Amino acid sequence: MTSQEILASLQEKFPNEIFELKENVAGPILIVPAKILLDVAYFVRDNERLLFDSLMVLSGVDVADGEKKILEDGSFEYVGGNLASVYHLHSFTHDHKLAIKVIVPKNNPRVPSVETVWRTADYHEREAYDMIGIIYEGHHNLIRILSPYDWEGHPLRKDYKVPEFYHGMKVPY
Amino acid sequence: MGILDREFTDSNIVIAKFEDLMNWARLSSLWQLGFGLACCAIEMMATSASHYDFDRFGVIPRPSPRQADIIIISGTVTLKMAIRIKRLYEQIPEPKYIISMGSCANCGGPYWEHGYHVLKGVDRIIPVDVYVPGCPPRPEALLEGLLKLQEKIRHQSLVKNTA
Repeated sequence: MTSQEILASLQEKFPNEIFELKENVAGPILIVPAKILLDVAYFVRDNERLLFDSLMVLSGVDVADGEKKILEDGSFEYVGGNLASVYHLHSFTHDHKLAIKVIVPKNNPRVPSVETVWRTADYHEREAYDMIGIIYEGHHNLIRILSPYDWEGHPLRKDYKVPEFYHGMKVPY
Repeated sequence: MGILDREFTDSNIVIAKFEDLMNWARLSSLWQLGFGLACCAIEMMATSASHYDFDRFGVIPRPSPRQADIIIISGTVTLKMAIRIKRLYEQIPEPKYIISMGSCANCGGPYWEHGYHVLKGVDRIIPVDVYVPGCPPRPEALLEGLLKLQEKIRHQSLVKNTA
């Protein structure tokens, strides 16, 4: 199925929700509202004509579309703006693909966990939480996966500041 | 200066200073902590394998720090790992030596500027005896580093603190 046909079947299933299909260099991306993500996930996995049984990758994105504020020490931070969680799906049965994107505000980045839909999402969500700081609600064990447990901040955010010291060890060169 | 070149003709008695004997014994059997971190560890393993044969210098890997004499820091030292490395180092009985292998362990290597998670040189937490440059160093370079360390141990003194 093409992305347009998938969008049509989703619109048929969820008539009151607004989906958006964005063209991207890597193919079309379907923008889904965060509050219905779990329902959409179950639908695209179980629907006979879709059968997206494989979550190829789940990525976190710092969209960094907030207001850029220069601080006194020359560094900057983004006030407001959005974070995004992107799901690349593949169906082994039908051999078609779909990309889903959920955009959430940076000051309250809560996305429902799809760990119960695709087991793969477990570690991927932990990584997106660790690096970007998206909180996946319903995840059974949302702890850092790469950084130490006592690390502060989320390193892959665009306005991340490297700490001066970690456990008494100087971090900058 | 070796020890066996000062033997008597019947080759049963060797005259040597006690210090020389101790140093010779130490430098000839440097047991290495079986420990690798990144791509440098692949080169270190190649050095241990039959072609380069670390064992001919008395270097064999030991699974426990309590049986080891040297630790080769072979790769990128992340801040998370640095805490563990310090603990491993503290568990090695004296005398203990450290070879810092490759650019990452020496100074942070390619992570020196944007590596928020990398310790910029393992000498920030533990004292290094020999630095081996390279990214990663070839086995020949690591062997050269080991020979340098042996040279250092050969001139150690039992009474004078050389470190």
